[in-house]
Amino acid sequence: MIEVEGLTKRYDGRVVVDDLSFEVGAGELLVLLGGSGCGKTTTLKMINRLIEPSAGVVRIGGRDTRELSGPELRRGVGYGFQQVGLFPHMSVAENVGVTPSLLGWSPDRIRSRVDQLLALVQLEPAAFRDRAPSALSGGEQQRVGIARALAAEPGVLLLDEPFGALDPLTRDHLQQALIRIRRELSLTVVFVTHDMVEALLLGDRIAVLRDGGLAQLGTPGELLQSPADEGVAELMATPRRHAGIVDSLLADADG
Amino acid sequence: MPMADELALLPGYAIAHLQLSLMAIGLGVAISVPTGIWVTRNARLEPAVLGAASVLQTIPSLALLALMVPLLAGLAGLLSGLGVELRSIGFLPAVAALTLYSVLPILRNTVTGIAGVDAALIEAARGVGMTDRQRLLRVELPLALPVIVAGLRTATVWVVGTATLATPVGATSLGNYIFSGLQTRNFTAVLVGSIASAGLAIGLDALVRTLERGLVERSRVRIGLAAGFLALLCALALGAQLVRVASSAQRPIAIGAKTFTEQYILAEILAQQVSRWTGLETRAVQSLGSTVVFDALRSGEIDVYVDYSGTIYATIMKREGLPGDRARVLEEVRQYLADEHGVLLVGALGFENTYALAMRGRDARERRVGDISGLVPLAPGLEIGGDYEFFVRAEWQALESVYGLRFRAQRAMDSALMYQAIAAGEVDVISAYSTDGRIASLGLALLRDDRGVVPPYDAIVLASPGLARRHPEVVEALEALAGRIDEPTMQQMNGAVDEHGLAPAEVARRFLEGLRFR
Ligand SMILES: Nc1ncnc2c1ncn2[C@@H]1O[C@H](COP(=O)(O)OP(=O)(O)OP(=O)(O)O)[C@@H](O)[C@H]1O
Ligand SMILES: [Mg+2]
Repeated sequence: MIEVEGLTKRYDGRVVVDDLSFEVGAGELLVLLGGSGCGKTTTLKMINRLIEPSAGVVRIGGRDTRELSGPELRRGVGYGFQQVGLFPHMSVAENVGVTPSLLGWSPDRIRSRVDQLLALVQLEPAAFRDRAPSALSGGEQQRVGIARALAAEPGVLLLDEPFGALDPLTRDHLQQALIRIRRELSLTVVFVTHDMVEALLLGDRIAVLRDGGLAQLGTPGELLQSPADEGVAELMATPRRHAGIVDSLLADADG
Repeated sequence: MPMADELALLPGYAIAHLQLSLMAIGLGVAISVPTGIWVTRNARLEPAVLGAASVLQTIPSLALLALMVPLLAGLAGLLSGLGVELRSIGFLPAVAALTLYSVLPILRNTVTGIAGVDAALIEAARGVGMTDRQRLLRVELPLALPVIVAGLRTATVWVVGTATLATPVGATSLGNYIFSGLQTRNFTAVLVGSIASAGLAIGLDALVRTLERGLVERSRVRIGLAAGFLALLCALALGAQLVRVASSAQRPIAIGAKTFTEQYILAEILAQQVSRWTGLETRAVQSLGSTVVFDALRSGEIDVYVDYSGTIYATIMKREGLPGDRARVLEEVRQYLADEHGVLLVGALGFENTYALAMRGRDARERRVGDISGLVPLAPGLEIGGDYEFFVRAEWQALESVYGLRFRAQRAMDSALMYQAIAAGEVDVISAYSTDGRIASLGLALLRDDRGVVPPYDAIVLASPGLARRHPEVVEALEALAGRIDEPTMQQMNGAVDEHGLAPAEVARRFLEGLRFR
């Protein structure tokens, strides 16, 4: 579904994304995993040309993304921003319905789509539709952001740390919701995170990025069983180490 | 003048003021908002464009208004070759200057408003698939709106206030109250004009604010209310314009006046004389700047006004050196006006209103000063006050060079204040006008120009080129006034307005009544 070939981004000669190549199959969820500043956001934004690549090709559904104008391309690709970015002068419903309205959908169709999506991200439509973004909690804003990304029925969804800065319970809630939604809509998803557990939980496959390059790409099982190098092995060990600490704390508490 | 008389003028002045202001603000928005948007798209241009707008803002508003007149006159000259007629006094220069004046606040706020939109929201707008244009209309402008409207409100208040200064370039506004009121010491008029203009500013500001809040809160009621009111005002302004155009098929005879009492009275005398003799309608174009009024006559935008032979001689013919006698100067001026400008000197009214140095009578007696030569030795210990023009005029230069006059200090001030200043002892000598009623009432002594430096200032009626051909009867009516006003009469009439608060129209009426029965 998505083919990335030799994707490169340079800022003033500094290479930020370095000759990256990977594919995402139809209906697959690929996680881009890596530390802060390794180029995850830059890679994601080059897929829908929010950032123009310095070199390389991106094809979606076999078609070079440069054949379309930027706005045309982006209306067909849902994007959830790291900082959400809801429009403060529009209601929740208008935010969610913005891409459909750009596509010229009828008001009726937009309205029913908005209600459907609010329900999908578990926000009661009647209660949330007419609210201003400023009247939402952080978690509610992120859910509206995901609903907005999904509004125009895109085949491809790009999500940049959509569950950052959330309490663990809400986070768990939304992760479960995403698993359900992508199955229901058979979406192709690229999901950026720096959280190892989230990557294991959601990803069909995981691409580990380091300094703008690909350290390893594989299923969670492959990464756990045969890490490509020390760094990946260490990364893969963190959930287990955390689980171990939690286990011993529980044992102490019981004993 | 009683309040009721003043209030009778209010609808006309207020509507004219509204027309000026709405037009200027509308044009200001139409220029500034697109320019502001353009600048945010071409960041390199921003300093140049904002800089230019700031420079415009630093030009004093009165000067900007006055500069528009020669500028438009030049433009009119170029365009007349193309068969386009452009008026260089009145509505057009006023609107042009006020528009320029409104540009900076709106432009600057458009730029800062758009530049202040959160970069994350700009990216979100692109991310949901907006084109540049959609991003501008749906995200940037709505978010910048409060800032832009704040600029618009600043501009509104400025323009409505500054529009009162449009009077000297020939545009009617609430400033007519203020200019003529200050000159004729009719403070009721000044008050009415000031309050009305402040009220208009507050009203328009409230309207803009209501519109903004309506847009932000998306309240149909507010938007409807504000838009309805605005539409009503525009309709009123436009309607008044249409009525004026329709009724001016037979163009009234336009009679000009400069900005002092004598001029208001003489303009009234000319107007009443013309309408009595010919039945033609007349129109007053009052409080014109001294050079604006001549340009207006030359280009036919006004038909007649009264000037003074010495003024034409010194400031328009730019003659230097000692002038000859009264009759010779008059003849030279007549020739010059006819040859150079096609302007007809209809006749001299009979009195001179010359610049004359005046002292408090008591001082003159005590120090035994009777003429300017006698003043010279005392001058280094005295202060002189003059009107705005006086110290840059050729007469003053001649007084300085021929007599060797040097004062301790010289102060330029409004001519009405000049008389108060000498009465209060704040200055010792003033450049009085010899027909001023206040010379007698304040007991001032005029000093004789014993060396004949100051040219004669015969009051002369001037007619625009072509008036004699179009309306010979008007010229005839005016000729009948030649030699009919002597100096004491003029002093009395000026005094009647300045000292006793009579309306210039009333004074003119009484004068013409007297003429008929004489
Ligand atoms: N416009 C830019 N100009 C120059 N350098 C940039 C620009 N945008 C990003 N970078 C640099 O590129 C690198 C990768 O940035 P990117 O935003 O892709 O990181 P990230 O992996 O998403 O990090 P995080 O997890 O903190 O969001 C960083 O070092 C960043 O400083
Ligand atoms: Mg990032």
